[in-house]
Amino acid sequence: MSILSVEKLTKQFGGLTAVSDINLSIQKNELVGLIGPNGAGKTTFFNLLTGVYKPTKGKISLNVGKEPISLIDKRTDQIASLGIARTFQNIRLFKQLTVMDNVLIGMHQKNNVGTIRSILRVPSFFKMEDKLKKEALELLAIFNLEDSADVLAENLSYGQQRRLEIVRALATEPSLLFLDEPAAGMNPQESVELTKLIRKIQQEFDLTVILIEHDMSVVMNVCERIYVLEYGRLLAEGTPEAIRSNPDVLRAYLGEEE
Amino acid sequence: MSSFMQQVINGLSLGSIYALIALGYTMVYGIIKLINFAHGEIFMIGAFVGYATIQFLNVGLIPALLVAMTASALLGVIIERVAYRPLRKSSRITALITAIGVSYLIQNGMIQWVGPNVRSFPQVLTNTRYDLGFFSISRIQLIIFGTSIILMIALQLIVHQTKMGKAMRAVSMDPEAAQLMGINVNHVISFTFMLGSALAGAGGVLVGLFYNTINPTMGFLPGLKAFIAAVLGGIGIIPGAMLGGILIGLTETMVVAYGNSLLRDAVVFVILILILLVRPSGILGKTTKEKV
Repeated sequence: MSILSVEKLTKQFGGLTAVSDINLSIQKNELVGLIGPNGAGKTTFFNLLTGVYKPTKGKISLNVGKEPISLIDKRTDQIASLGIARTFQNIRLFKQLTVMDNVLIGMHQKNNVGTIRSILRVPSFFKMEDKLKKEALELLAIFNLEDSADVLAENLSYGQQRRLEIVRALATEPSLLFLDEPAAGMNPQESVELTKLIRKIQQEFDLTVILIEHDMSVVMNVCERIYVLEYGRLLAEGTPEAIRSNPDVLRAYLGEEE
Repeated sequence: MSSFMQQVINGLSLGSIYALIALGYTMVYGIIKLINFAHGEIFMIGAFVGYATIQFLNVGLIPALLVAMTASALLGVIIERVAYRPLRKSSRITALITAIGVSYLIQNGMIQWVGPNVRSFPQVLTNTRYDLGFFSISRIQLIIFGTSIILMIALQLIVHQTKMGKAMRAVSMDPEAAQLMGINVNHVISFTFMLGSALAGAGGVLVGLFYNTINPTMGFLPGLKAFIAAVLGGIGIIPGAMLGGILIGLTETMVVAYGNSLLRDAVVFVILILILLVRPSGILGKTTKEKV
């Protein structure tokens, strides 16, 4: 059963068509890659799915509960509460907050202790605080960040910041996780570790993952299926092996042969 | 010495009122990067609501404060909803000009409605002075300190301890990322206006009590000075607004006491010019270097 289905999705900015007529469908617990040359519309596609941009045309429906829900007219925060989380290509942590606070903000939806009760510091406030902090530490531990819980996010190393973005996204308890170039700027060693981590969290948290990535070793290693975009259009779809030998993909990446 | 201490006390009480108003400027700026020039008018409305509550309902100071804060909070939320939210995606200058427009609208609306004349604020309490040797402190000053301190502690608790406070800080740093965490940015912005406006409303009642008079243009100058206080402390920084308010209040009182009382406003504006020249990010602000 598909958890996410996209039909004829199109986004135009003035005269420029950034995403054109895309159809795709993602199955539950899949790990799907989304690749394409720069400017192919990958990030725009993520922005459409998370409600940051409104599509010009097309349908998006999410199927996590009893019946599919259309995401077209939902606000970003509503989509987030429905179970879609993402990370950013250029890291966008809350830099002047601690690592712990970044994760706690991810848990915003789960905290049901209101403002008045929090100011009055009733017992349920402390209980909730303790519970969320404990959960946050457990999440951080998976990514080897538990010792940095009280450090400001901006003081983390680059690789740690990338990992914290994933932790923060997981804190929202998503069923669908979009990773926008998680390996960008990482060295080969870090990339390998990241690959393992993505697999691990996908199984542990019962996630469906969509990955945008330029690092082909990561994509080819971790993804079960790959979609290729070029100029906003869907160019190809298939297993890593099929994509590797697809002539259209080779042309898009390597250029036309003379 | 004793007269100096006395001036310090007077400066602190004026300063804590500026601080209450400055907090609203700074919080709104922190979250939507808008200098809400209608904020001084919210302060004025707070004073008038407090006046009306005491005058017509015959209640004491605390109920009047609460009613004034609620009314101001509501007004702040309405202003944001009607005037600023539709402009959220336009340029900052558009919203700024709108804010000035809203300020004049409320000010002149009040002149039209209640008349331009000065009213005397009903004295709900007998203003005894307590002599403490070096200096004396009046009951009203004690009430100003008490109210300001309680409200500032409550604000700190809200910002640092509650889920809403965390959401406020998240939105101020990166609204888009905050949304993706499931935070409803519109709610957070409304909440910020509510908090800031409630504090300004409380400030209005305290000023009415302190100076005995209120009028529809009373928001203009304290509004500007509180704005300067917010810039002095570092706009967008909550402790900065408190510090800036106290410093402006002290400076103004000292100028009146030891200099020329006609210069009191001029000196405050000179501070604004100096801080913008020397340290535009304010006393507590981090100087951010432009990255090339």
